[in-house]
Amino acid sequence: MADNKHVDEATGTETVGHEWDGIEELDTPMPRWWLWTFAATIVFAIGYVILYPALPGIAGATEGTLGWTSRGQLASEMAAEQDRRAPVIAALARIPIERLPEDGTLMRAAVEGGRSIFKVACVQCHGAGAAGGEGYPNLNDDDWLWGGDLKAIEYTLIHGIRQPGHDETRMSQMPAFGRDGILDPRAIADVTSYIRLVSGQEPASAAARRGKNVFATNCAVCHGNDAKGNRTFGAPNLTDPIWLYGGSRQAIARTVTNSRYGVMPAWGEKLDPVTIKMLAAYVHSLGGGEDFVAVARDPEIQVDERP
Amino acid sequence: MESLALRAGGWLLLAFLAVAAVATAADSGFAIHMAIFAMAALAALWVTISRADYGAIGRGILRAPDPGRYDDDVIRWGVVATVFWGIAGFAAGLFIALELAFPLLNFDPYLNFGRVRPLHTSAVIFAFGGNALIATSFYVVQRTCRARLAFPNLARFVFWGYQLFIVLAASGYLLGVTQSREYAEPEWYVDLWLTIVWVAYAAVFIGTIVKRKEPHIYVANWFYLAFILTIAMLHIVNNLAIPVALTGSHSYSAFAGVQDALTQWWYGHNAVGFFLTAGFLAMMYYFVPKQAERPVYSYRLSILHFWSLIFLYIWAGPHHLHYTALPDWAQTLGMVFSIMLWMPSWGGMINGLMTLNGAWDKIRTDPIIRMMVMALAFYGMATFEGPMLSIKAVNSLSHYTDWTIGHVHAGALGWNGMITFAAIYYLVPRLWARQRLYSLRMVNWHFWLATLGIVLYAAAMWVSGITQGLMWREYGADGYLVYSFSETVAAMLPYYVIRSAGGLLYLAGAIVMVVNVWRTILGHLREERPMTEAAYDPAADRPIISTAVLAKEG
Repeated sequence: MADNKHVDEATGTETVGHEWDGIEELDTPMPRWWLWTFAATIVFAIGYVILYPALPGIAGATEGTLGWTSRGQLASEMAAEQDRRAPVIAALARIPIERLPEDGTLMRAAVEGGRSIFKVACVQCHGAGAAGGEGYPNLNDDDWLWGGDLKAIEYTLIHGIRQPGHDETRMSQMPAFGRDGILDPRAIADVTSYIRLVSGQEPASAAARRGKNVFATNCAVCHGNDAKGNRTFGAPNLTDPIWLYGGSRQAIARTVTNSRYGVMPAWGEKLDPVTIKMLAAYVHSLGGGEDFVAVARDPEIQVDERP
Repeated sequence: MESLALRAGGWLLLAFLAVAAVATAADSGFAIHMAIFAMAALAALWVTISRADYGAIGRGILRAPDPGRYDDDVIRWGVVATVFWGIAGFAAGLFIALELAFPLLNFDPYLNFGRVRPLHTSAVIFAFGGNALIATSFYVVQRTCRARLAFPNLARFVFWGYQLFIVLAASGYLLGVTQSREYAEPEWYVDLWLTIVWVAYAAVFIGTIVKRKEPHIYVANWFYLAFILTIAMLHIVNNLAIPVALTGSHSYSAFAGVQDALTQWWYGHNAVGFFLTAGFLAMMYYFVPKQAERPVYSYRLSILHFWSLIFLYIWAGPHHLHYTALPDWAQTLGMVFSIMLWMPSWGGMINGLMTLNGAWDKIRTDPIIRMMVMALAFYGMATFEGPMLSIKAVNSLSHYTDWTIGHVHAGALGWNGMITFAAIYYLVPRLWARQRLYSLRMVNWHFWLATLGIVLYAAAMWVSGITQGLMWREYGADGYLVYSFSETVAAMLPYYVIRSAGGLLYLAGAIVMVVNVWRTILGHLREERPMTEAAYDPAADRPIISTAVLAKEG
C-alpha cells in the first residue's frame, strides 16, 4: 500500500496510500484544538462523576462528594419558598375574610395568589379573562347570582352550586314550565314577550300584557315582582342586559320551557381554606366585587361603591 | 422449475395464513394489516408464477440503462422510493404543523395530530431516511469494495420487504395501531417482519464486504456497518413485547415503569445516533469526496472520531429523562456521556468540511457541494446544541418545549435532508447513465428553498421553545405562577404559523427535486445558462496607468 502514497498537491499533505473508487485519504494529523477539547470534556465528565451521584454498584450508586440529590434539591427549594411565604399564609389563615380589605398588603397578596389558582382551576369554564361564556357567568361585571361580596363569593367557592350530597351547597331549581306541562306554548310565548319588555328589548304588546299575569303567578316568587331577581335562590335579574343563557326570544323561551341547572364544584373539598380565601379575593377584585354593606341595603349607611 | 414451484407455494401458504389471520382477528386494525400482508403475498405469488423477466420489467418501468457492472436495479428503486416517501413525509409534517397552528384541522379520528405525527416521523426517518440509507449503502459498498452485491435477490427482498414494513407502519398509525413508543410505534408483528428484513439487509451488506476485492474496508462502510448492527440490537431490545393475542394487534412491553422509559430512550436516542448520525455520516464519507473530487481530510481523525462516536453515543440516552423518576446516577451518566460526545460528533463535520481543502471554490460553482456544506454546517450546529441541551441546567428550561423540536429539525432538515438530496443529485445521472442532471439551476433553487425553510423553522422553534420554557417557570414576587398553561399555548400561535411557512418552503424545494429527478430519468436536459461564470470584462483587464505618471514620463 505504501507504494501509492503521494503528496497531495493542493494541501501539501501526504496521502495514507489507500484508494477506494477514486477516493483517497490524507494523513493530516488530528486538529490539536479538537483533541484538547475532547480531552477537556472527558476531564469535565470525570470531575462531574466525582461530584454527583454517578456510578451504579450492587447495593446502590456512588453518592458524589457534594451529597446532591434531585429530590433533596426540590425539597430544600420548596422549604425555602414555604418559609418565605409562611407569614403571609399564616396571616391569611387568621384573618376573617370580611376584614381582609382593611389590610391592603394582605389583600394584594391574596389577589395575586388567587390569580394564580384561578388560572389552574377556574379558566376552563370562566375563561382566561374571567369573562365567562354561555352558561358560565362573567365575573368581571357587578351582576351576581348568589352575591358578590367577599363572604358570599367565598361561600359559593367552598360549597359550590347545586352539588349533590352537599347540604350547604347553593341550591335552587327552576321548574321546566313547558316540558312539565305547567305552561302551554302560548303562555310561554306571552311570558317571553313580557321578559323582553322589562329588559327593554321589545315594545309593549298585547302578548306582553298577558305575559305579565303569567309572570306574576309563576315567576315572581323567585325573580321578584319587579323581575330584578333574588340572590337567595340565585334567581337572575331579568331587567338588565346581562344574560347567562342568552336574551333572544328563542333562548328565553327555551329557558322557560326546559329550565336550566348550572353547576359549579364545591372547591372546599379540593382546595385549602387559605387558597379559597385568595381565590375569593381575586374574583372580588375583578371589577364587580361588592362591599358588605351594599348587600345589607341599609339606607342609614353610606356605601363605598368602589370595588 | 422446481425452485419456482417452491417459491410460489411458499407465497401461497403465506397468503393463506394471512387470510386466516384476517378471519380470526380480534380487532379491525390487525385484520386490515393481515389483509395488506395477504395482498403483498399474492402480488409476490403473481410475480413468481407469471415467470416474466421481473428484472427486465422493472428496468423498463424505471427506464434503467442496460445492466451495468454493479447490481444497481435495487438502488434505482431505492432512489425513487426515497424521493416518493420524502414528499409524503414532508407533506405530513406540513399538515401537522398546520394542525398545531389551526386545531380545526384535526379531523377525528384518522387525521388527528396524535395519529399523523408518528406517520410524519416514521415517514421521514424510516421511509425517506431508511430508503436513502439502504440505497446508498448498496451503492457505496459495491463501489468501495469493487464487488457486486453478495445476494442480489435478497437485496431485492430487502427493498420490497422494507416498503411493506413502511406501508404496515403508516396504515397502522392512521388506524390507531400503535405501541406508543416514540419512533418505535409499529406493533409486534410489524416489528417481527422488520427484523426479518433487517437480518436480510445485514446479510447482503456484510456478504458484500466479505467478498470485497479491496484490501481495506472504507470508512463509509464502517459507519454503515455500525448503523446496521446497532439498529438491529436497538430494534429487538426495545420491541420486546408480549402480544395480547396472536390474532390481535395489541401487545404489552416486556419492561415496566422507569425501566421501560429508559429502554425506550436508550432506543430513541440511539436511533438518532446510529440511524440519523452514523448512517448519514457514511453517506457523507462517500459522496462528499466524490463530488468534491478531493481526498478525505484526515484518516487518523476518521478512526478516532468513529470509535469514540460509536462508544460514547450508546450511553447518552438517559439525558431524555432528566428530572424524572430515573435515578440521579443514570441522569448524570446520560449527561456526561452526551458532553463527551461533542468532539467525536464534530470529527465528522471537520472531516467533511476540510475535505473541500483545495476545492473551496466549488461552493460557489456547484450547488450540490453547497448542499453538502450546508448539511455539514447544520450537522455541526445540531451536534453542538445536543450536548448543550443535555446539561441539566439547560434541560430544565428546554425539556418538553419546542426547543427540542427545533433542535431535531435543524438536524433532520439540515443535516439528514440536505445530505440525502445531495446524494440523490449525485446518484441519479450516474444510475440512469445520463449525461448530467436535467437542471443544475433547479438544484440551486432547491438549496435556497430548503435553507430558507430551515431557517424559518429553527428560528421559530427556538423563540417559541424558550418563550414556552420561561413562561412555564415564571413566578411572581408572591411565589405564584404568572401564566396558565392555556396562555402559554396561545402565545405559540405566531411561531407555529412561521414554522408552517418554513415547512411549506422545504416541501416546495423537495417538489422542485421531484421534477428535476423525473426529467433526468426521462433523459431530458434543460437548456440553461451555466451556474456560475465569473464576470469577465476584457476592457477592464489591464494594468492601471495613471495619466499623471504618463505625463511625467512623457
